[in-house]
Amino acid sequence: MIASLPRPLWLRASTVIYGVAFFAFLFLPLVIVAVFAFNDAPYPAPPWRGFTLDWFLGSAESTRRGLFADSAMLGSVWTSVVVAGWVTLLSVLVGTANAFLIERTQFRGKQALSLLMLAPLVIPGVILGISILAFASRIANLADDVWGLELEFLRPGLPLVVLGQFSYIASIATLTITARLKRFDVTLEEAAYNLGASRLAVLWTITLPYLKPALIGSAAISFLMSFENFNTTLMLVGSDAPLTVMMYGRMREGATPVLNAVSLLLMVASAALALTMMRVPKAADTYP
Amino acid sequence: MQARLMLMLLLAPALLWLVGLIVLPHVELGILSLRERVAPRVYQPSLAQFRTFVEEPLYWHTFMRTALMSIVATAITLLMAFPMAWTIAKLVRGKSKAMLFIMCLIPFWVSETVRTLGWMILLRESGVMPAFLVWLGVTPAPVEMLYHDATILVGLVYTSMLFMVIPLISALESLDDTLIEAAYDLGGSGWSILRQIVIPHAAPGIVAGCIVVFMLTLGNYLTPTLLGGKNSQWFTEQIYTQFITRFNWEQGAAFGFLLLGLSTAIVWIGLKLSGQKFGEVMQKT
Repeated sequence: MIASLPRPLWLRASTVIYGVAFFAFLFLPLVIVAVFAFNDAPYPAPPWRGFTLDWFLGSAESTRRGLFADSAMLGSVWTSVVVAGWVTLLSVLVGTANAFLIERTQFRGKQALSLLMLAPLVIPGVILGISILAFASRIANLADDVWGLELEFLRPGLPLVVLGQFSYIASIATLTITARLKRFDVTLEEAAYNLGASRLAVLWTITLPYLKPALIGSAAISFLMSFENFNTTLMLVGSDAPLTVMMYGRMREGATPVLNAVSLLLMVASAALALTMMRVPKAADTYP
Repeated sequence: MQARLMLMLLLAPALLWLVGLIVLPHVELGILSLRERVAPRVYQPSLAQFRTFVEEPLYWHTFMRTALMSIVATAITLLMAFPMAWTIAKLVRGKSKAMLFIMCLIPFWVSETVRTLGWMILLRESGVMPAFLVWLGVTPAPVEMLYHDATILVGLVYTSMLFMVIPLISALESLDDTLIEAAYDLGGSGWSILRQIVIPHAAPGIVAGCIVVFMLTLGNYLTPTLLGGKNSQWFTEQIYTQFITRFNWEQGAAFGFLLLGLSTAIVWIGLKLSGQKFGEVMQKT
């Protein structure tokens, strides 16, 4: 029942119990991952054997190679960052163009096109992955057969991973940026034109600054979604594994607490990103 | 003229993206699924891939199982998320409301891999929960809690929670409190208010949440394979095996289309049942 109505004691008590259980469910796995990054044992399992930083700092030569000496793991983090950077750039650019296309132009089939832009969100990631894989290799084979060209970037590898992730993250960027552009007051632009501003000047000084919160927001979401993506990436990955694929491989083998260490690092990083994101739009929302 | 050029410039990236990465790849997938290899590099059109699916019990069994488990996981997620969404939308105010909302978001800033790692450490035979149960005296020796269907469900519900909570909160927040007060004054019981006022009002949010959760669950690969191990029998796993391990792209493409068909069908039924439009639902989530 709602706050303004009297609630019997048992209902209030069970709300609290349910709330505690709900958040325990949400946080238990994360807490466990974090705690066992510091356990002084070769596997992330109980009992607790004391505190250690070996899984972060252990040298490459010792039996306990820590995260900062694990060059394969660090390399995969970097791979993920590079991939996410490209995906973010492409998604925000295309998303912005799409927002203007949807809000500012009229043409036949616009309705269908804007619906098609949402389709990638309802296609399972695995299928996006295999379809792009199949199509890319058809083009690559065709180029090979007809012109004798070896188009390496169309074979499984990071360029395809970028394209695969972009194919659905662009939908999310489009949604976010369009939603903001929809609320834009066009009279602001008209006023600027009346005052003699050029098209470019209006875009640069009026429209884009207004869109800034949505641009930053969609960039952050795109980066995070790309970094976390697994399904599409798994189908398109070549020899350089991004972090999620690398972690998956090690989890199947039964890995050392280095995985916990890198996970903890991820939690801290994404929490930091999310917290800064929450501050940015508030400051920027007051803009025009 | 200038407007025309502008339109072309704006249309180009959208078309490149949608045609190049969505439409043509799916056409390719369709072609692959409808052909059969008769000799090296020689193919002919056939329905052999779909015939294999029907004739091989393992395949359609896996398919049905994936669908059913996804429906169960969606239902559990809805039941678990609804009271929390209600609490956040209607019971708490101000600071604590914002805090609870953020707390729902936090776990989803971390990758699914990390969350699954947490469940594995919690539930495996040498893990935290079995040790805890032994300590409590419930079981004499540690039991293996991974690799059961229930484990897969726990993981799927966990991964999906956020995508249910958010549309539910936004649907419930738009419900006017005075409606509930009026119903209460007129003698409505908690149950009848829920059924006659709250659920009809929240239906768009419920449908949006269920559609998204169902799709994500159906297409999930990581959680079933890691938490279910060899027993998981998830359909995306079959697709992966055909495509990547066995390099049987024709079969993999057919499986891909079956999964896509199933997910589209369920989304369509969900929209029909609630009388909503796809575009509107997507805007909400």
